[in-house]
Parts: sequence; structure tokens; C-alpha cells
Amino acid sequence: MENRKFLTFARTSIKNLFRKPATVGYPYQPADYPERMRGHVEIKTDNCILCGLCMRSCPPGAIRIDRADATWTINRFDCVQCGSCVNACPKECLTLLPGYTQPASSKTEDVYQCPKRPTPAPPKRPA
Amino acid sequence: MAKRSIIPFGPQHPVLPEPIHLDLVLEDETVVEAVPSIGFIHRGLEKLVEKKDFKQYVYIAERVCGICSCGHGMGYCEAVEHVMNIQVPPRAEYLRTIWIEMSRIHSHLLWLGLLADALGFESLFMESWRLREKILSMMDATTGGRIIFSVNCVGGVLKDITPEMLREISQTMDDMERELKPIMETFLHDYTVQSRLCGLGVLTRDQAILYGAVGPMLRASGVEYDVRMTGYGAYGDLEVAPITAADGDSYARCEVRLKELIQSFRLIREAIGKIPEGPIAVPVKGSPSGEYFMRIEQPRGEAIYYVKGNGTKNLDRFRLRTPTTSNIPPMLETVKGCQLADVPLLVLTIDPCISCTER
Ligand code: SF4
Ligand code: SF4
Repeated sequence: MENRKFLTFARTSIKNLFRKPATVGYPYQPADYPERMRGHVEIKTDNCILCGLCMRSCPPGAIRIDRADATWTINRFDCVQCGSCVNACPKECLTLLPGYTQPASSKTEDVYQCPKRPTPAPPKRPA
Repeated sequence: MAKRSIIPFGPQHPVLPEPIHLDLVLEDETVVEAVPSIGFIHRGLEKLVEKKDFKQYVYIAERVCGICSCGHGMGYCEAVEHVMNIQVPPRAEYLRTIWIEMSRIHSHLLWLGLLADALGFESLFMESWRLREKILSMMDATTGGRIIFSVNCVGGVLKDITPEMLREISQTMDDMERELKPIMETFLHDYTVQSRLCGLGVLTRDQAILYGAVGPMLRASGVEYDVRMTGYGAYGDLEVAPITAADGDSYARCEVRLKELIQSFRLIREAIGKIPEGPIAVPVKGSPSGEYFMRIEQPRGEAIYYVKGNGTKNLDRFRLRTPTTSNIPPMLETVKGCQLADVPLLVLTIDPCISCTER
């Protein structure tokens, strides 16, 4: 093959000796997350009406809703941070925030208590 | 005739990037034949289409592969959009194109790093991946994910790129192009690299066509073919000329990928210059009924997406033919006659993605 050269990488290698590291010294230095990063799902429980649309839109089935107890439960180890629930929520109570969740040795669920809303009274029977 | 022996190679092997198994028939150190078997990491993702809503399936389609994720999402969405006769807004097409070109850069840099690693050139490997980190940060900032974008949806895209971000991307492309120069110089002209790659695993033009090679593997054998020329996405407005090399050896495959990086930098800059204003998605009503074949150019080559809808929210069938599937037969051809020690390198030159192949 034409144009063979020797030591083509020497300049880069020598330069790299004096460059500061390309990596961040995590965990001693904090990681820098961009604003849009999909790290974990957060819920504003005040607005949640327990409609269940997030539960139905979640591809891996990480969300569970219990209407009787008014709880919203997420298994963060099943969640793949796709954002499908965020787009499905009619009340805009879900957001994806930067930053990963903690690792653990067993799968646990996070349970959130939503405001209990009175079940609408059954319509009166016409007399 | 010398005595023949068979060596099982893979699926778990220190030098293999992906779990493929080859039974290598050897005469002394020379490979006479290679018999492949795949199927070690089948996940059944195609079948899931019958269980999930067709809009939800986008998130599964893009998880078929960890490298060409954006392309899989886009290919699936475009196929469903064609079935449903949805006109995607031009801005969304441009955004998809910018993102898929970014993932091409990331994929090719990853491959170059792996190649350098296979040659034992550790510092070149690190240098390629240092550059790749820049594009990963850019993808993280624009989509929220370093690898899995989750920005495609049926009817358009979910996120817009702001004008400041577009300027930043354009700037990053300039910087990367400048920083790629010394790396490119080493890959193309270094004595060590050349002596490992030149003349190794030659696939002639006729063989490439006969065995159905796709992507850089095909173009390195001198065939001018790139699915981007069909003008899907925003490629119709951009200038895409296939990059080819004549020799068909491992060096040619490396050269094609390096030059495609430069092409992608240019395409992104061109797309940023031309991107129109407007909405990024259109509302989707109803369910798909009918079938469609969609072809797109993934970093590794041509991928085919087939969808068949029956008018309900679950599709009947989704079929994905990935580039590696079609590149395995030509790869088996290239290993014939090579030395045993060169097999890992030849497997690598097709840029294999076995988990994509098995879905
Ligand atoms: S989080 Fe939103 S989508 Fe989920 S139950 Fe509450 S209101 Fe409905
Ligand atoms: S981000 Fe995706 S996987 Fe996670 S809870 Fe929401 S829908 Fe489910």
C-alpha cells in the first residue's frame, strides 16, 4: 500500500502526556448531567387523579396504581426511562429528571400517597 | 492433503465483541471453512409487537440494538407512518436525519476503537473513544439519552432541538472533524495498521453482490450503493454520494468508515443549515391497516422493516432484517484461506451486531 509512515501517533501520544484527563473523577467529582437527561421519573402527587393512563402506557409495566388506597407505585428497577408515561399523563404530574437512582441488591418499589378523592356519588334514580 | 481439525470459536471468546459461534475447519493454521451458528441471545422482541400498542412498540423497537437504536425507532415509525398515510412534518424529518447521522458517527467511532483494540493499538483505541464521548454528550444534551434516544414517535418526533443547540452541534462537528485528522492519519497511513489490514480478507465486487453484503462492507468492494440515495427522511434534500473503495480488503472497510465520518459531519452541517421551521409532530388517529416494507441505511448497512397492521392497536407482524444478518455470509467467505489469528479481525470488519441479528 502506498504512503506508509512510521510513528504517526507519536505526536498525539506525547501531547496526551500533558493534557488533563478526558474523564471526570466520579464519584469524587460530581457528574455533570444535561438538563434534558432522562434519569428518573418524578411525580407531583397533588395533581394525580389516579386515572391509570401512565400505568397502561408503560412498556415494561413498571407503574401500578391502587385506587382504593390512592397510591401510585413505581418499580424503579423495571423502569427503562422511556418517557412514555410522561407523555401519557393528562394532568402533567410526571416528569423525567436528570440523575440516576441508587443501585440496590434487591428490587424495591417506591410508593407515593396521592390525595384521596371522593368517589362521585351514584346518580339519583328518577322518582 | 494435510490433516484437518475443527476448532470451535465463540460464542464466548476473549477476542470476540459479540456472541457468534463459528466452527473453524483448519488445515494447519489456515482456515478452510467456517460454519456459523447464531441464536444465543434471542429475546423475542418481534413477537412483542402482538402484545403492545403500536405506539408503545417504538420504545421496544429502539431497544433492539444499543448502537443503531435511533435508526430502529425511525425505521419502525416510518414504516407505520407509510401504512397509515401520515405526512410527517419536514422539521421532524430533518431532526430524525440529524440524530441518525449523529448515531452513525458514534457507531463508526466505536468500531474504529474496537478495530484499534483488536490490533493491540491501545492508545489509538482510547483516542477514538475520547472523540466518541463528544458525540455521546451531544446526544445526551439533545435527546436526554446517551445511546437510547426515545425521541421518535409515530407521526414525528417528541423533542425539538433549539437554535442554540443546533449551533452547538454544528460547532462540535467542526471540532470533531479537526480532531479526527490525526486519528485518520494513523488508521490510513501507519505502518503497523497497514501491515495488519492491507490485503486481508478480500471480498471482490462480484462476491459482495453474490453473497448480499450491505453497508460499508459492500461499498468497500467498490459497489456504489447506499440506501440514503433513495431519499427517505431529509436525505432527498441533502447531497448523499456513496463512499466506496476498490480493494475490498479490511483496509478498504476501514477507509470507507473513516470517510463516512467526514460525510456525516458534512451532512449534519448541511441539514442544520437547511432545517425548516414548523411543527415537529402530527396527531395520529386510528390504527394501522395494511403492510409496508421500509428500508433505511443504518451505520452497519441496509436494514429492512416490515410491518403488517390489521386495523387494531396491535400489529399482526413486525419483521426486522438487520445489516449483520446479510453480512454474515460474505464474512464467512472472507475468512476462507486466512490464518486462524486473523479470524477475530475479520469478524470485526463487518461490524457485527449479533443481538440485533437475533432480536
Ligand atoms: S400520574 Fe398522571 S397518568 Fe398517572 S394516574 Fe396520575 S394523573 Fe393519571
Ligand atoms: S419512563 Fe417508561 S418505563 Fe419508566 S415508568 Fe415511565 S413509561 Fe414506564
